[in-house]
Amino acid sequence: MSDLSTDPQAPASAPSAPAAPARRRWRLNSRSPIMITFYALILGLVVGALVIITTTPAVLDSWRGIFHSGTGIFRALKVTWDNVGAAYRSMFNGAVVNPANLWHSITTGQGWEATLTPLSETLTYATPLIITSLGVGIAFQTGLFNIGANGQAVLGGVTGAVVGSMVHVPMIVHLPLTLACGFAGGALAGLVPGFLKAYTGAHEVIVTIMFNYVIYAFLLFSVLSTPFQQPGQQNDISRTMDSSAQLHPLFGAASGLRVNYGIVVAALAVAFAWWFLERSSMGFDFRVTGANPAAAKASGINAKVVIILVFVISGGLSGLAGVVQVASTTHYIDGGFLIGSAGIGFTAITVALLGRNKPGGIVWASLLFAALGVGGRAMQGTTGIPLDLASVIQSAIVLFVATPVLVKEIFRLRAAPVVKLELATKGWGA
Amino acid sequence: MRLELRGITKRFGSFTANDRIDLTVEPGQIHSLLGENGAGKTTLMNVLFGLLHPDEGEILIDGEPVRFANSGDAVRRGIGMVHQHFMLVPVFSVTENVVLGFEPTKSLDRVDYKRATADIVRLSQQFNLQVDPDATVENLPVGLQQRVEILKALSRDAELLILDEPTAVLTPQETDALMAIMRSLAAAGKSILFITHKLKEVRAVADVITVIRDGRVVGSAEPTATESELASLMVGRDVELTVEKSAFSPGESVFEIRDLVVRDDRGLVKVNGVSLDVRAGEIMALAGVQGNGQTELVEAIAGMRHVESGTILLNGRDVTNRTPREVLDAGLGHIPEDRQRDGLVMSMSVADNLVLNTPRRAPFARRGTRNLAAVHDNAVRLAHDFDIRTTSVEEPVSSLSGGNQQKVIVARELSRPLEFLMASQPTRGLDVGSIEYVHRQVVNHRNQGNAALIVSSELDEVLALGDRIAVMFDGRISGIVEPTASREAIGLLMAGTTGAADE
Repeated sequence: MSDLSTDPQAPASAPSAPAAPARRRWRLNSRSPIMITFYALILGLVVGALVIITTTPAVLDSWRGIFHSGTGIFRALKVTWDNVGAAYRSMFNGAVVNPANLWHSITTGQGWEATLTPLSETLTYATPLIITSLGVGIAFQTGLFNIGANGQAVLGGVTGAVVGSMVHVPMIVHLPLTLACGFAGGALAGLVPGFLKAYTGAHEVIVTIMFNYVIYAFLLFSVLSTPFQQPGQQNDISRTMDSSAQLHPLFGAASGLRVNYGIVVAALAVAFAWWFLERSSMGFDFRVTGANPAAAKASGINAKVVIILVFVISGGLSGLAGVVQVASTTHYIDGGFLIGSAGIGFTAITVALLGRNKPGGIVWASLLFAALGVGGRAMQGTTGIPLDLASVIQSAIVLFVATPVLVKEIFRLRAAPVVKLELATKGWGA
Repeated sequence: MRLELRGITKRFGSFTANDRIDLTVEPGQIHSLLGENGAGKTTLMNVLFGLLHPDEGEILIDGEPVRFANSGDAVRRGIGMVHQHFMLVPVFSVTENVVLGFEPTKSLDRVDYKRATADIVRLSQQFNLQVDPDATVENLPVGLQQRVEILKALSRDAELLILDEPTAVLTPQETDALMAIMRSLAAAGKSILFITHKLKEVRAVADVITVIRDGRVVGSAEPTATESELASLMVGRDVELTVEKSAFSPGESVFEIRDLVVRDDRGLVKVNGVSLDVRAGEIMALAGVQGNGQTELVEAIAGMRHVESGTILLNGRDVTNRTPREVLDAGLGHIPEDRQRDGLVMSMSVADNLVLNTPRRAPFARRGTRNLAAVHDNAVRLAHDFDIRTTSVEEPVSSLSGGNQQKVIVARELSRPLEFLMASQPTRGLDVGSIEYVHRQVVNHRNQGNAALIVSSELDEVLALGDRIAVMFDGRISGIVEPTASREAIGLLMAGTTGAADE
């Protein structure tokens, strides 16, 4: 009954509908998105298990032999359990913490580096993802699709790396300047599509996608041009950023943990995004525009200004993510920076959707995606199951989140998702 | 056909939309179903037409229980429905529309147009439904399109016709013609279920009146009952149908438009040289059948549509082609025609919607940060002052009834400092109680010496509110009359007959 409110005869539309039940139903509703995400996560892991089963030779062999002996079926089940279990265990160990290492560290006080590395890696990967996804989420909440986050991140990385490597000032000036320039680079990359959308009506999806390619080409051009190219290099590698422009590891370089001050930048970005969307007047305009453009216009909100500002802010956050990525890990960029399947700008679209475009949700979704990626790499190392399994699980989760009807059917949740299903679900629903 | 509904109950979850409804329509009877919006009229009709299935109760046709799995079953049992929004193919001819889905065929499955046309001619003569069978539907006026719908139902051998708010889009003359048709259908033995909330029409045409409220039959009435008796049955309390206005003493002209020309989205001139002025302490009512340029005129005034030529003056200031923001700041209060599209953000809370066009005004925000406590307090105060019924002002507006949604807009606009109020179809789709409320608010605004422009296609509303009545036809003002003018005179102006206007 979740969507009964779309029915013209729904309780809410009747002036004297009993208030209490309507209120209760609404509460159930508001909880369900979180539950759906949780169920989607479980289903994603189930799909991943099915992929492991059908692609691992040892498991397939054991199933082939179930009729050879009376105990074949039990052996097959055990082999399946062992393989799936080993895969997910190594994923968990690689992304969160290895219980054995943890025990060792606690009892002996030694090896904390190895124990904390998985968590540190996950946080390191999550940091730029959170920042980009916030930008994409803000655009989504305004009803605009920013598919150009990746290009904006690249341009942010380039401008940040230029300032970081070619301007030489003390850290107190240099680091903020570098980050600001990264933001400005991304904002510039967002400004152009925003401007085109606002004044010519060009579709932002097309323009931002195409703009990605322009920026990729510019990236290659910049790292091959004399001022920015690493001196004495023929390859597409840039100068290295000054130490004063870098985001250093939180626990010092000696700790061996890569988790860095980028996480502080991300936390500030989350705080900003929350204030912006939930508390600021401009964010209110943005949300009104996203939820009902006609009402926004009638209320005196200037759509052109909103569109341009959305792309500036969204692009700026992506650019910030780009410069955080450079300043915290490699400290230089090359011609392949953020391009291809590693493009966080594209992952950010899914992460924003998974986090329902809310800053809090985006943090959790980014951590989940980063953990799956980092854990997938560990799994590949220990079990030989390809990293792509992590992508399969990520995709499956998003697919299930996007089809709540399916999830509700699978888990036999009471809520009838659409009015049309009212009759079909009557047997156990109404 | 004798139709009987016995104890029809339809629930949506824990909400009961229809509660043990009994209703009998005798052959040749015009049975009027009267009720506020949300009273359960539409649900009941959907049950009757096979679109919804009752949880309890039964439908009897000529004493025999029937069950409709879908609307096709209902049609086969002789029930025809004329929807409020016509289900016609605009580019098809009348004949094609009438036979659509039930085409008479010749050999090789070819449509037998000759026979189809003959059938239509026969039917239209029999029931006095003159319409050219070869005309293209999009070229017909709305009243004739409605006849096509009725013909369509009759050609399927309908014995019982359900007319859902059939007069909402008609001029007074077209309404009279429809009533004549209804009477002749009834005389020929057809039964008619006439759904409406317009009391005048019910009294004019119905044989029996059943009033439903909150999903229950609350009583039946004879057509001789007075309008206020019917209204209080519908609402459950006494209703004032006429609004008390203080003496008319207009002041300075507050709002003026001169020779306004506005085009619609397709580039057609919809407002063609309109001039109007509204004085302080005056309600100017703009009457007219929908689609004669009122929508475009209102949008142009609100800054939402480009003005091709002419000027709009608000308190002497030229606001022609200004942005909506500038026009709002100049002191325009706007109650838009399509409240859910232009007036509200349905997914947002009542409190947010109450500051939708003033989010930056003190105390709702300070230096770019919203003061949610002030927004909340403002909402609580307005909900109390304007009687907005909601469990909490933080509930989304979509959870409110249509009347309360409109009250949110009225509260928002009237609580701002205003120079001039423009309300477009302010009571469309509202129940009697809410209409009364909105009217009283508009009149209060005027009694305090403010100016208002009320655009409405409801003649009753225009007559009740207007100090002067301008009638719009085909993009022009076809006449400006006093509220004492006869309905016929205004009706003629609405149909574009300007000669009768000069009193």
